[in-house]
Amino acid sequence: MIALYNIPFLAVIGLVLVGLYAVLFRRNIIKIIIGITIIESGVNLFLITLGYREGSIAPIYTSSPGGLMAMPVPQALTLTSIVIGVAVLALMLSLAIHLFRHYGTLDAREIGGKEE
Amino acid sequence: MNTIDFLLMHAPALIVATPLLGAFLTPLFGKVHARLRSGFVLLIVLLTCLLVGLLSYDIFITGGIHTYVFGAQDLTLPVVRILFEVDAMSMFMALISVILALVAVIYSWAYMKDNTGLDKFYTLVLLMTTGMLGMELTGDMFNFFVFLEITSIASCALIAFWTNKGKSVEAGFKYIVISTIGALFVLFAIALLYGQYNALNIAVLANAIQFTFVDRIALVLLVAALAMKAGIVPMHMWLPDAYGRSPAPVTIILVGATQASLYGVFRVCFTLYGDVITLPQVSIGWIMVLLGLITILVGVIMALLQSDFRRLIAFGAVAEIGYMFLGVGAGLAVLGAPEMTSVGLTAMKGGIFHIMNDALDVGLLFLVAGAVYYTTRENSLDRLGGLARNMKYTTVFFIIGLLAISGIPPMNGFASKLLIYESTYQLNPVIAVIAVLSSIMLLAIFVKIFYSVFLGPALPQFHTVKESPRSMLLAMGIITMIILFFGLFPDFVLTTIVEPAVNALLGYQEYIAQVLPGGL
Repeated sequence: MIALYNIPFLAVIGLVLVGLYAVLFRRNIIKIIIGITIIESGVNLFLITLGYREGSIAPIYTSSPGGLMAMPVPQALTLTSIVIGVAVLALMLSLAIHLFRHYGTLDAREIGGKEE
Repeated sequence: MNTIDFLLMHAPALIVATPLLGAFLTPLFGKVHARLRSGFVLLIVLLTCLLVGLLSYDIFITGGIHTYVFGAQDLTLPVVRILFEVDAMSMFMALISVILALVAVIYSWAYMKDNTGLDKFYTLVLLMTTGMLGMELTGDMFNFFVFLEITSIASCALIAFWTNKGKSVEAGFKYIVISTIGALFVLFAIALLYGQYNALNIAVLANAIQFTFVDRIALVLLVAALAMKAGIVPMHMWLPDAYGRSPAPVTIILVGATQASLYGVFRVCFTLYGDVITLPQVSIGWIMVLLGLITILVGVIMALLQSDFRRLIAFGAVAEIGYMFLGVGAGLAVLGAPEMTSVGLTAMKGGIFHIMNDALDVGLLFLVAGAVYYTTRENSLDRLGGLARNMKYTTVFFIIGLLAISGIPPMNGFASKLLIYESTYQLNPVIAVIAVLSSIMLLAIFVKIFYSVFLGPALPQFHTVKESPRSMLLAMGIITMIILFFGLFPDFVLTTIVEPAVNALLGYQEYIAQVLPGGL
């Protein structure tokens, strides 16, 4: 059942590609922001997937059935990454609000073409 | 144990902790009095400078590597800890960062005084300094990513600081998109490495690295993402906007942040992949040389076309980054070939020395452009003119900056560019010719701006323009003094700080041995 194990990795690649597509080819700033969050979800999913090691159990100390526990480093990394992602998302949205106030549009190309 | 020893031992942590703590105390002092807050920020930055100076003195004299462990001290599994590993290269970059941060804070004193929201401004400046220093001192890949994000978030907010200007916000948005995607790819690469070697520590990873297919993907992702953040062509489009639209003191710290990313590229290539980068099938050195050359050419040619003072300097900065990439790439390209060792070493020295020189030269030019904007509220080269009459000192600083950036003998830019020309000529004369020609074109461009901004007839609308305020002159004066010192005593600088940095970059074995004494 190798294919079953690979599904998360395929999902990661799919998410990253969808996100990149949105960032590169969409003009709407909100859609670009959504694209970035999708890439971020892909990367987070990848980190979490790495948390599973063959033959190990989940690192929950209080109710362990016994056996080798996987090192919970990827979970810690993912949490940090999610927190950073929230900060970036908030900042990007606040910039989008400012851009809309200045230019009255969210179309990246229209904004780029305008003078001061 | 006396105080100095104690400070030295904890310096790696304190260098990052001081500005971080200072950043969040700043608004508190701002509640009391505006001047107290500015003084406090200056004090914090001076303190950081002092700590960096102390640690770099120790590292450059003894040539050792300092490590600082956060978390578990002993190596019983599971090892939960983060390591700071500070060698001469890290200290070299940290020196640049703190010099730029100090100058920026002094400069902001007058430049930003009419703005509101200065508590937040200074908080972000200190956070950005924290991020840069953290990136340079850390010995842990994930920690590197975290500091990278701290730097990008703080710098993005600072680029868009003038939210009343649409173009500044647009530049900030471009920057955050680019740097977030870059950082996510860095994280992806870190995950790829973790998945294979179960480690995040740079030394442990460098010890275990095999150069499998997945490692290659990770290397490409890391170098591409960090080069994007360093503004290498063809991923430079955010840089002129970010440099040209942000307030001048922010621009100069941003130069430092860009170079911290460049440091990331070098650390990844030389230390993380140090064991496998010299394999004959790895051609990343030549790719870096090629990218460096394209960057130089595109930067210079685009600079010719600009009519905005600060965007023009920004394209000049792009070209300068190309020189560093060229120098270090040339060194990397011949690293494996024993008969070319001395050439490679010279190229590396030139490239590394140029990092420092570029920070100072480009920084000085941006400060001058900021001073011109401050006094005239004008950025367009078509509308500026005749300012030498009213701004004597600023003009002198600009002359020094333009000589330094185009590599004219008594200035520091000459010392490093000569090393790059000399060594790349032996690799392939065409590279050296392009590098020299581009320098000459830079000189021509900057002489043209000098003429159009400072010389020419006195314009009636600038009749009342006064000399820049004292704090701005002081900031420009500090950089000028360092430029002149480096230009007059290049040998001293080369032997005391540049050579140890180059050796640290090449000596990945010592870097590994510091963390894993017996190897694994």
